[in-house]
Amino acid sequence: MPVDIDIARVANLARLSLTEDQLETFGAQLGDILEHAERVQALPTEGVPPTSHPLPMVNAFRADEVGECLKPESFLSEAPDVADGQFRVPRILG
Amino acid sequence: MADLADLTISEAGVGLRAGDFTSVDLLEAVTKRASMTEAQLHAYLTLDHEGAPTQALSADEMFSNGEDRGPLQGIPVALKDNMCTLGVETTASSRILAGWIPPYDATVVERLKASGAVITGKTNLDEFAMGSSTENSAFGTTRNPWNTDKVPGGSSGGSAAVAAVGSAFGSFGSDTGGSVRQPAAFTGVVGMKPTYGLVSRYGLIAFASSLDQIGPFSRSVSDSVAMLEIISGFDPRDATSINARVPEFGRSLAKGVSGMRIGIVSDFMNPDIIDSEIIAATRAMADRLQDSGAEVVEVALPSTEFSLSAYYLIAPAECSSNLARFDGVRYGHRSDFEGTTEEMMAHSRAEGFGPEVIRRILLGTYALSAGYYDAFYGQAQRVRTLVRREFATAYEHVDALISPTTPSTAFGVGEKSSDPIAMYYSDLCTIPSNLAGDPAISVPIGLDDQNLPIGFQIMAPALGEEVMYQVAAEVERLADFTQRPYLATSIEVKP
Amino acid sequence: MTDWEAVIGLETHVELSTRSKMFCSCPVDVDGLPNAACCPVCLALPGALPVPNEKAIEGIVKIGLALDCEINESSLFYRKNYFYPDLPKNYQISQYTFPVCEHGELEVDVDGTTKTVGITRVHMEEDTGKSTHVGDGDGRIHDADHTLLDFNRAGVPLVEVVTEPDIRTSEEARAYGAELQRIVLALGVSDAKLEAGSMRFDVNVSVRPRGREELGTRTETKNVNSLRSVQRTIDFEIDRQIKVLESGGTIRQETRHWNENTGVTTSMRSKEESEDYRYFQDPDLLPLEVTQRWQDEIKETIPELPAQRRERYIAAGTDDVTAGVLVDNGELGALFDEAVDGGASGRSVGIWLTGEVVAYSRRNDIHIADSPLAAVHLVELTTMVDEGKLSSSAAKEVLIGVLDGGGSPSDVAEAKDLLQVSDTGAIEAAVDQVLSQNPDAIEKISAGDMKPFGFLVGQVMRNMGGKADPKIVQQLLRDRTAS
Ligand SMILES: [Mg+2]
Ligand SMILES: [Zn+2]
Repeated sequence: MPVDIDIARVANLARLSLTEDQLETFGAQLGDILEHAERVQALPTEGVPPTSHPLPMVNAFRADEVGECLKPESFLSEAPDVADGQFRVPRILG
Repeated sequence: MADLADLTISEAGVGLRAGDFTSVDLLEAVTKRASMTEAQLHAYLTLDHEGAPTQALSADEMFSNGEDRGPLQGIPVALKDNMCTLGVETTASSRILAGWIPPYDATVVERLKASGAVITGKTNLDEFAMGSSTENSAFGTTRNPWNTDKVPGGSSGGSAAVAAVGSAFGSFGSDTGGSVRQPAAFTGVVGMKPTYGLVSRYGLIAFASSLDQIGPFSRSVSDSVAMLEIISGFDPRDATSINARVPEFGRSLAKGVSGMRIGIVSDFMNPDIIDSEIIAATRAMADRLQDSGAEVVEVALPSTEFSLSAYYLIAPAECSSNLARFDGVRYGHRSDFEGTTEEMMAHSRAEGFGPEVIRRILLGTYALSAGYYDAFYGQAQRVRTLVRREFATAYEHVDALISPTTPSTAFGVGEKSSDPIAMYYSDLCTIPSNLAGDPAISVPIGLDDQNLPIGFQIMAPALGEEVMYQVAAEVERLADFTQRPYLATSIEVKP
Repeated sequence: MTDWEAVIGLETHVELSTRSKMFCSCPVDVDGLPNAACCPVCLALPGALPVPNEKAIEGIVKIGLALDCEINESSLFYRKNYFYPDLPKNYQISQYTFPVCEHGELEVDVDGTTKTVGITRVHMEEDTGKSTHVGDGDGRIHDADHTLLDFNRAGVPLVEVVTEPDIRTSEEARAYGAELQRIVLALGVSDAKLEAGSMRFDVNVSVRPRGREELGTRTETKNVNSLRSVQRTIDFEIDRQIKVLESGGTIRQETRHWNENTGVTTSMRSKEESEDYRYFQDPDLLPLEVTQRWQDEIKETIPELPAQRRERYIAAGTDDVTAGVLVDNGELGALFDEAVDGGASGRSVGIWLTGEVVAYSRRNDIHIADSPLAAVHLVELTTMVDEGKLSSSAAKEVLIGVLDGGGSPSDVAEAKDLLQVSDTGAIEAAVDQVLSQNPDAIEKISAGDMKPFGFLVGQVMRNMGGKADPKIVQQLLRDRTAS
């Protein structure tokens, strides 16, 4: 069964600026892969709980204690644009 | 003349402690091996010419002070370039991270450093560990040291290649759907994926969080044990880390398989999917295990047929979210495109990610989006439950499962790169263990008619590393696989 | 003319005042240098992983219990995926199905009547970083040239309390917000500073013709950060929506922005498509299990809540308003409790504390806790009034003397010569003298004209230098003038 994909919408959700050509190529490939992936629907799974984590563990916590922070220069030096000790980005559309 | 670079870790450890050579000597040997092979292999992205010699010197000082931190002290090992290394460029083989210098060490890296290991450098991978051939690297393809027209497998192809060729004594990769075991099979080394949660993921650049595990490449099963013992154990910085005592993985290495029940996975012996030479080699090894006293029975895992489909929904879904942080704001590539922040992000990401990564982000975004979640991601999660249950049921009857590691031996560079689905099939036999969260290992058992290594997979229930290694050690003994890749120069002198 | 009814729901974000952030060990410190309280986790560096803060989980359970919620024994963390530069991972760790708390309610007092507001859910999430918009538009996002990002606040534990659409008026909304703030403060889980943004509201408003079951289209006004603004936002939106509908228009479901200066809400640039957050369970985090036993342990630590406290004050003799002031002012409440425990009259102490004492602290800009006033003083003061040693006006003066550091009430009363004369003999003499000077007044009173009675009382009090017990003076005058 062919899978119908609004590839431009998906690319926009994923914040990927793709050309028309790219959208077409990826759209077609996604269709093929999803046709294959759709096979998961053939297995009856009524009443089967989903697995999000392979081991049955619960409650990993940390105590509310303050630890060491990074020195700002250690990561600001890696940033594409910095001003006044802060990360700088262009105008936000909002 | 024996070349130090061809020693196993345990052999090198003996020599270090006997004073036959120093850690600096070992580092020199692997560095020399790298300089002889890298032009053809392209397995390393970064060789740490500053850190590694310092670490070797300090290991030698420990030895001379009588300080012994265990089997990796003074041993040069390499890391897949998706593990964060303080002060050493870490890229995940992506243009979006090119030049990034992490301000912190991954937990695994911290543990290696604390154990006195020498970190030679960072190895090539499929971008963000997405791929099965190491062709999806933004920084060039790694070649197979047995035949440079072939891929080394992936995504940890660089780590596999350096362990195989001797430009490190061992290395570490990450395995999300087979990314350690498949390249280990392709390059003729031992590669293992631990039980999910046994090794901390803190500092491993995430691909698919519920599947990723770091695992070792080595030239022997006992080296694999030694390496795993150093990196495993509870880490309070990883909430999915198992908070339990680490079992002694190597306790049963010498015990053999007598009296064990071992299941051969019939679904992975299907000649429509698996090369006949691999089926034959796997069957032959199963027979020899039987001769060694194990009872080998056929086990069917019918839902594994759906594992591949489930995996190619779950992994992309998780990656679409995990990779959202690469947006050109705080680190990594920022597009020159002039416009709003929203446009800057969208252009930075489109420019920075390669096609396979974009494909999977799109796939995962789609699988999670409103209206499709239940049919795709939700259903894949339920199938995952069925796969886990099937494995659990199987382990009620057998101690371990065996199968081929891969459907084929190393394929040609470029052979599958234009057909994503064909590429995805090379993870067929390895993916189920990731979905189940169970440990699995690939051990080389011979060469095919093209002189390419064949891998044999042993799987065990969660935290069953000891049993897995017990069988692996017997397989290693029976296979007696001593051949070396032609790119390793001193093939004949392995002691 | 249609009679319109508003339907209002509030989503309240409360920053917890834990020591460290929700998923990393950076300090919850929003006042430091920019980006000084950051680590790989809260900056979302590649490879970093979250580990939840146990104290924050206890905090949200406390809030849930205080709001009469059911606590889910098993709850899950989800990822809410959306791109925004102040959100480092470009997803927020939040909750979706199975939040920690569900199905609660909060009773609030609105002008003397009790309104019950249903609580849909209370869930745990993390805060974003802070954006500063730089350029011509004085801080407004759309006119800025660029934006600076500080991630000190990123990852601070945030509890979101979501109501049912039970609220009908802006007064109810305000009362709900105020009561929620009191509860959070009483629990000690947040400083709940509205002006600092550690407690803020998203306001959902729709209108419908009264009597209609079906809901109208709602708008959501985000990040309103004072109770007054909540009220103004709602009033504005109700008015705006009714006008739109009455002029034949339709309401768009959209996010709006409240502008404090202009007093209007404006449409935030609406996204081309509806949000699709692609919620899925966070694979980096394990399920959260709050067992009954853990809940019980947490319950033990919950102090008296504002509603209980208010009830207790009223039972002790205060009026509603006084009780409210005592609930809102912890220092006064504590003094009140101690004084009443020591036997003081709740009614008097309540009036003094919320009257003279509050006025004194404002006038002198001091905290009551820092003043010499102690509960024993209040006990002594009521005893003196009860025993007729002080008039109520003198009592206030004594109280100020105590606050000024003059010592105990009796010390002050003596020093200021404020002790009341209850010696009947002295008062009788003064009464007789006044009566003898005013025979015409007695005549009038005997004839049934009570007008001069007050004058006579005043004369006696004046002659006694104000220190006679007025009750005794009145009694004596009544006795003497009765025919
Ligand atoms: Mg929220
Ligand atoms: Zn942090």
